[in-house]
Amino acid sequence: MAANPMSQFDVYRIGPEIKVGAFDISFTNASLFMILSTISILLIFNLGSKKNSILPNKIQLLAELSYTFVSKMISDTAGSKAKPYFAFIFSLFMFVLFCNMFGMIPYTFTVTSHIIVTFVLAAFIFIGVTVIGFIKHGFGYLKLFVPSGVPAVLLPLIVVIEIISYLSRPISLSVRLFANMMAGHTMMKVFGGFVISLGIVGGWLPLSFSVALTGLEILVAFLQAYVFAILTCIYLNDALNLHH
Amino acid sequence: MVKKIYFQSIFFSFFFIKEAFAAESGGMPQLNPEFWVSQIFWLILTFGIMYLVLSKLILPKISNNLESRKSQILENIEAAEKQREDSDAKLKEYDEIISKSKLEANSIFNQAREKALKDIGAKREVLDKQIDNEIAEAEKEINALRKNAPDKINKIAIETSSELLQKLIGAEVNNSSISAIVDDLSKRNGDKYYGN
Repeated sequence: MAANPMSQFDVYRIGPEIKVGAFDISFTNASLFMILSTISILLIFNLGSKKNSILPNKIQLLAELSYTFVSKMISDTAGSKAKPYFAFIFSLFMFVLFCNMFGMIPYTFTVTSHIIVTFVLAAFIFIGVTVIGFIKHGFGYLKLFVPSGVPAVLLPLIVVIEIISYLSRPISLSVRLFANMMAGHTMMKVFGGFVISLGIVGGWLPLSFSVALTGLEILVAFLQAYVFAILTCIYLNDALNLHH
Repeated sequence: MVKKIYFQSIFFSFFFIKEAFAAESGGMPQLNPEFWVSQIFWLILTFGIMYLVLSKLILPKISNNLESRKSQILENIEAAEKQREDSDAKLKEYDEIISKSKLEANSIFNQAREKALKDIGAKREVLDKQIDNEIAEAEKEINALRKNAPDKINKIAIETSSELLQKLIGAEVNNSSISAIVDDLSKRNGDKYYGN
């Protein structure tokens, strides 16, 4: 069972089965790591915002750097109109980042390696952005599907492509994160398995690969959180500043 | 795009593997819907709570901290600028005071010198007058003496010559004849003795 590279993604119940109506909302290892990520985020940022010294200490510096990083990312991609959504994008970025990073600790569970989790986040973003777009521009938001400067002959084709690309946003957003996480962790597990099966003689090559992969995966964990957040900003930018 | 296709192909290949080896292993646990509702529930719960706490409590505090630090730094810079200006103004004032006092000292010095010069002038005038007076008096005395001197000398000459004659001859000689001779002599030699 341990040799199966997919078994690290197993969800299992911790504690008793909890059922609300027909739905099973038992506490699982996924829930545990969601709570761990949430608590670590709240703890770090609470500590980082407690004292306001002119010369910030390390944790305050961390909190403030993250704040300015996300704030700059939002203002660069979505402009000043996106300010009310700062808290949401900040939470999103931090949640995905911490879930990814917790997954890098051996024997832990990666929350974001599950399509259902990333899909719920992406679907929420998709629906939210669409609602914001229609509130801000009314039916004028549909102009998003009609790019300017396109020959009239090509227009029906382009509109269809635009609509498909718009509708596939939640799928691409969720699959990108989930697939990256799953592929990386599977690969690490596979190489780890090679180390064991090749033994003391041939195991060094996959071991060095494994070490390199760990570094790469930490990079990917950060990068995917960043990509997730910045794509959300870009979608939000489409909804707030319609300039197609 | 290539990356996306790559990962999607991995995803679908795992999906097909699951179909093929369903009996042997669990396949992809991600596609097992047993805990989907539980995951959605806990995701919404944890993310919701985190979002609320962050947006209502923590992020405003951080933004406040950043703002207050920014404003404090700006204030400090302003205060420093102000102090610099103040010190510049004070330096100017100080320079002015120094130049003023220099001027004052100069004028006082000049005044004192003038006064001293005046005093000296006045005293000198007084002294000059005194000296002039004294010189004039002395000249007068000298003149008087000079005027009187030939007469006195004549008298002495007459008397001595009469006495001399008396002792030499033993007879009284008429004073008037002697004085006539002396007068004659003194007139002849007067220029030699007195020079005027």
